[in-house]
This record gives sequence, structure tokens and C-alpha cells, in this order.
Amino acid sequence: MHDIQNIEQKAKEIRRHIVKMIGKTQSGHPGGSLSCADLVAALYFDVMNVDPKNPQWADRDRFVMSKGHACPAMYAALAMKGYFPMEELDHLRELGSILQGHPYSGKTPGVDVSTGSLGQGLSVANGIALGGRMDNKDFYVYCLMGDGEIEEGQIWEAAMSAAHYQLDHVIGFVDYNHLQIDGTIEDVIGNVNIDGKFAAFGWNVLTVDGHNIAALLEAIETAKATKGKPTVIIMNTVKGKGVSFMENQVGWHGKAPSAEQVEQALKELGE
Amino acid sequence: MNELIATRDAFGQALIDFSKDNKDIVVLDADLAHATMSCKFQEAVPERFYNMGIAEGDLIDTAAGLATTGKIPFACTFAMFAAGRAFEQIRNSVAYPRLNVKVCGSHGGIAVGKDGATHQAIEDLALMAAVPNMVVINPGDAVEMRAAVKAMIEYDGPVYVRLGRNPVPVVFDEKTYHFEIGKGIKVREGKDVTLVATGALFDVANKAAGELAKIGVEAEVINIATIKPLDKALITESAKKTGRVVVMEEGIIVGGLGSAVAAALSESCPVPMRYIGMDDCFGQSGDAADLMEYYGMSVENTVKKVKELL
Repeated sequence: MHDIQNIEQKAKEIRRHIVKMIGKTQSGHPGGSLSCADLVAALYFDVMNVDPKNPQWADRDRFVMSKGHACPAMYAALAMKGYFPMEELDHLRELGSILQGHPYSGKTPGVDVSTGSLGQGLSVANGIALGGRMDNKDFYVYCLMGDGEIEEGQIWEAAMSAAHYQLDHVIGFVDYNHLQIDGTIEDVIGNVNIDGKFAAFGWNVLTVDGHNIAALLEAIETAKATKGKPTVIIMNTVKGKGVSFMENQVGWHGKAPSAEQVEQALKELGE
Repeated sequence: MNELIATRDAFGQALIDFSKDNKDIVVLDADLAHATMSCKFQEAVPERFYNMGIAEGDLIDTAAGLATTGKIPFACTFAMFAAGRAFEQIRNSVAYPRLNVKVCGSHGGIAVGKDGATHQAIEDLALMAAVPNMVVINPGDAVEMRAAVKAMIEYDGPVYVRLGRNPVPVVFDEKTYHFEIGKGIKVREGKDVTLVATGALFDVANKAAGELAKIGVEAEVINIATIKPLDKALITESAKKTGRVVVMEEGIIVGGLGSAVAAALSESCPVPMRYIGMDDCFGQSGDAADLMEYYGMSVENTVKKVKELL
């Protein structure tokens, strides 16, 4: 049985950490971190088979944060899981910190793949899945992409190879919040029909409310039951979800909240 | 006359031979398997070969993912599309996290010939050497290539290796040759000038040294297979003895071996220097031998440069 309520609480806690972390260091990307917090909570507190005491365990499931700028959500989850002390969250983006501005496997326990330059994570996820399959392992590779990110051509190179090599242990997610730095994804370059594009590349495509934990878990189970092809789960989300003044605001892509804004946000997030 | 073998052929054979005892070796290509010679591996070990299609970014990052699972991926394509098109994938997803990926760029330099400037990777060594954590290797003959492949397998970290398209004389003896990453080899003793050469220009350096001997100039020849880390000690020791250095490479001088040697000697032993290579220009279509001659990567031009220093 899934403990939906617990995952929802974890998601809320992740959101609080996101706001606090970015507020403290006065730098980072709150909008896209908040929009994916529910998925990150579902993965780390239900779905993924991981061992925080043994981050390099060969049979672990992997999470590739391809939209690397949303790493505050991941860092919060990793700290809450016990990969490193909670105090580290106070040092996001500081000189010498284990928490770099974008995920870096060389410094952060629990980060399997270094990302940040958009468009690369899905290819890396495919490589991990190929390696697992060669070793007859059964772990899954979860790869989170941004809806702006998939404007990168390499995503479609990787979409082609995942289908060609029948990587059914790659499960992709698109954080479909409709906003990128310069505006809506529709206005910037007309990146529409995302589900149709993945379907045309040979993927199993599911669409869910990305803030509905039960729906997310069900979609992931459907993905796991799908054999012979990769699955992508298009998550309809709200950028800045959970903080009223950030929701659906393009300006909150890469801006840090002031001390007062942090206070208000935390109130809304139940602290 | 020495036997002629292209280093890409030695590379393809070495992969097969060394993969027999190492099941972690995986080879990927981007629709150029018959040019990079990874096709040999594909034929011999199909279950550990992946063709990624004409998609070099995906090629490199898939290799990165494989490396995180303990595999030793060799990602092969033309040097232009590895070091050039996939530069940023190599930098951010391979070198930065220091993953055990071997990036293999064939048809490096200008000798790809008639395909012209678009396919002549003259910047690959400079680009790869600029990236932290990268080891950059450019073997001079088939024996050195085979030994380099073995060393790359044993070395846990990112490596770029340039594979030559055209046959070059086999100079080294397989029985006695020892390759070590970061070590150059003095192949000829001399006291008047040092020729520091890499890759295909190693052959030119040896021939130039022979010509110089006829006019009473004793050239010392140093073969540099590892552009980075550079064997500064060996080069400095030779420069102290000869007081003159000519650096020879099939590629751009700026950022390549020429720059690296100049930077090293400027600190350890500044001496008058000359450079053989592409002097801030693109190549063009033509027969490989004609191009080498045209752009001064020749015995004749090497002798000329040495004379300027005497």
C-alpha cells in the first residue's frame, strides 16, 4: 500500500526546503524546483529502491535530474533520506559546498549523474539502462526533463535510441509547466504536441496531473508493466506550485525570494 | 622499409584483442564504424557494440551513462564530430564527473584529404587538452596505438585518443616498446636541435632528422604520444642540451602541442623555437600527401625551420 498522505507531507517539506535554501543563498531556480517536488517526493519516498547508507549500491534505481537547475528539490529529498546531514542544505551554492548550483556526482552523495547543461540527461539515462541490462540487473532509471529542455535536439536523439534499443527500464518525465526563461514554451518556439512527438518516436506515453501523488504512482506502475519500449510520463504541472505569488509566473524561473517572501511562502507551505 | 599500418586499424584490432579478457569493454559508434574501424569489434563482439546513429551528443552521453555502471565505453566517431560537435557533452558529462569514457576520434588532422575542411579535425587535440581531467593521446604508429589502447583500459578516467586514417610506418618494436600515459620517448639522440613531434608527424620528424644528418646537423627526436599530461621533464632536458626546439603536429599550433611545449619551456628552459602545423587556417580538399606538403608538414619545411634556428 502506498502512503499517499506521507508522500504529500514529504512533498510539502521539500517545497519548504527549496524556498529556504534559495532564499538563504539568494540564488537558484525556485519555479521549476517547486513544480517537480511532488514527483521527487514520490520517487524518493515510495518508488525508488535506494540505500542512502550505500549510495553506490549496484542494484539501486537511478534518478537523473536532467533539468539540473531544479536540483534544490533533489537535494532536499536526499538530505531527508539521510544521504548527508540536513545542515548541508544551508550551504547551497556556497564556495566549497557539496551542493553545487547544478547536480554534481563528484561532490554530492546520492547524485548519480552530473547535469545542468540541458538536453543530456536522457542519453545518460539510456546508457545506465544499457549497462544494467548487460549485467542482467533489474533497476529502473528515472529521468526528469523540463518542457523547455526538450527543445534541445539531443533529447530526440536519445528518444530515438531508447526506442531502438527497447529500453523499457528507462522511465522519462516531462515537467510540463509551460514556462521557460523567456516566456511560455508556446510563445518562445512553439514546442507543442509533446505527447504526440514522443509517441511518434516509439514511446509509450502517459499523461497525468503532476501534483497528484496517486496518479503519479499509478502511471509509474503502468510504465513498469510496459515491456519492450520506454515510457514517458507527461506531468501537467504549475511552475512555482505551492507558493501563491510564484505560481505560473515566468519571473520566478531563476530568482531568489527576499526574506519577507520566504516567510510568506513558508506560511503557505504550512510552516 | 617499414611496414605501413594506419593507427585506426591497429586500434580496431587492439579493442578486439583486449576485450577478450575484459568483459567491461563496450564500443559505441555514430554510423562511422567502417571508418573508425570499430566495425571489427562489432563483428567480433556484437553483444557489446552499440551503433547510436548519426547523433554524436547522444553517443557521448550514452557512453557516460554506461561508465556509471562500471563499463569501459569506447565512443568512436570522426575527430571533428567527437571533439567538435560533442565538445560540450564531453566537457560536462564526461570530464567534469571524471567518468571512465574513452573518446576515440578518427580521421584527425588534415590527412582525411579530399573530404575537405569540414572533415579535417585540426583543433581536436587543442580542444580536448583544454578540458580539465582529460588525458589526450595521439599515437605515432600502430605499435604505440595498440599499447595506448591497453593503457587506456587500465587507466580509470576520461581519455581522448586520435586515430589516424592513413597508413604510417611502424617504427616501434612491439617486443620492447613500453607505453606510459604522460611519458614521451626519445627515439633519436642529437645535440643541435630537438624535434618534438606527435602522431603522423613523428614519421616526418624521423625522416627530417635523417636529412639533417646529411648536412651535419644532429637532431634529437622526441615522440610525444600524450599531449596531456605533457612530459615536460623529457622535453626540458633535451632543450637544455640542444638549445633549439621545433614542435611538429598535424593540427593547429595555437592550443595544440606547439603551445603546450612553448608554455612548458618558457618556464623551465626558454629556447628559440619554431612550429610545424596549421598556422591559424583551415585546410581544403586535396590528396593527403599534397596537403601535408602544401601546409608545410613536410620533411623539407622541417629542415628549413631547423636551419632558421642554427
